[in-house]
Amino acid sequence: MKKSDSLWRRLRALDEVSWENPLDAQLTAAATDEPDSELRRRAPLDFAMAEARHEEMREALYTEEQLQVNNLHLWVGRQGKKWLQIAYRITALLFCAVIITFLMTTVVQLPPFGAVENPTNNEVAQRYLEKGLKETGAVNMVAGMILDYRAFDTFGESTVLFVAACSVLLLLKLGEHSPDAPSPAMLEAEWDDRHHEPKNDAILQMAARILVPVILLFGMYVVLAGHLGPGGGFSGGAVMGAGLILYLNAFGFEKTGRFFTYKTFRWVTFIALMTYALLKSYSFFCGANHLESGIPLGTPGAILSSGLILPLNICVGMIVMCTMYAFYTLFRKGGM
Amino acid sequence: MNVFIIMILGFLVVCAISTALTKSLLASVVIYMAYSVLMCIVWMLLQSPDLAVTEAAVGAGVTSVLFFITLKKIHAIRGDEEEDHHEEK
Repeated sequence: MKKSDSLWRRLRALDEVSWENPLDAQLTAAATDEPDSELRRRAPLDFAMAEARHEEMREALYTEEQLQVNNLHLWVGRQGKKWLQIAYRITALLFCAVIITFLMTTVVQLPPFGAVENPTNNEVAQRYLEKGLKETGAVNMVAGMILDYRAFDTFGESTVLFVAACSVLLLLKLGEHSPDAPSPAMLEAEWDDRHHEPKNDAILQMAARILVPVILLFGMYVVLAGHLGPGGGFSGGAVMGAGLILYLNAFGFEKTGRFFTYKTFRWVTFIALMTYALLKSYSFFCGANHLESGIPLGTPGAILSSGLILPLNICVGMIVMCTMYAFYTLFRKGGM
Repeated sequence: MNVFIIMILGFLVVCAISTALTKSLLASVVIYMAYSVLMCIVWMLLQSPDLAVTEAAVGAGVTSVLFFITLKKIHAIRGDEEEDHHEEK
């Protein structure tokens, strides 16, 4: 920058200097004031030479300046970028080091894993473990917790899933058109899907024919036995959704479209969420505390036991299954 | 048992780092799947089978499928079809 500045000054100075040079001054004055002056007629050669010299100096200075500007640009492009990258890396490393130090010091200060005197072993967990079976009727204490004591949290989770599905719908769903007159975007998506996805793959179809019923059955078992053993609505719903995705991959949209359309998705999700809200709303209005639902809890360990946990599990499973499947179809084709 | 846990935790760290460092996006997703399966075993060892089932279904299954589909849509997976396409040109 400095060099360029001095150049600019020199260029400006050139004009002033030329005025101080008597011959040049006379010549210039003659050229501007009286074109056909005595001087010009007497020494045309000198005049021309002075003019040429002036022009040459200007051009030389101009090229020099251009060169320096170019060099500056080159420096910024090469060396400057390099310096910037180095600075960026150093900052990133420092940032990471600081964060790692913070996290490590926090981890060191944590109480030992599974120790008896940890703050997590307080009266809440104790109460859940001691009275959970009697109050909720669920053998699986986790299901008893998330769908009875903490049913409000699970309702929030289901709503989060529903909102996620809504945003994916907003982003990826192609417009509402009848199948007879599809929009250009739909046709393009259809072609893209046909081009990239497997169609009538014999190995995949054979595997799906064997696996899909087993997967769906296992998902239903996980949902329905959520209060008896490990599992529940979310995991079972995810398993069923994965089974549906495998079925769709093997047999295409024509087969799945017979039992699962956009309308199905809408209604199933809506009804499941509303059922959940209605079944548990009395508890939400009472500050999300544990309240008696009035339904007999039954024998712990039987399939029809533990009050509302079974229907709530089914609701959550339906929502999760529909959301997983809807995600897949929307990602693939922008519709169902 | 202790050795088994330490081995799995070591694999977890290796998987997490190589997921971030792998250049190929497809390989990255596959390593991420492996990470989820290992995490599923860790949940089992921590005596929470509920989470293990969910992790296997969501982490290793649905999420990876969504990743695969996205990679396909942005043409990050070079399949045989695309090579044929190039040869035709």
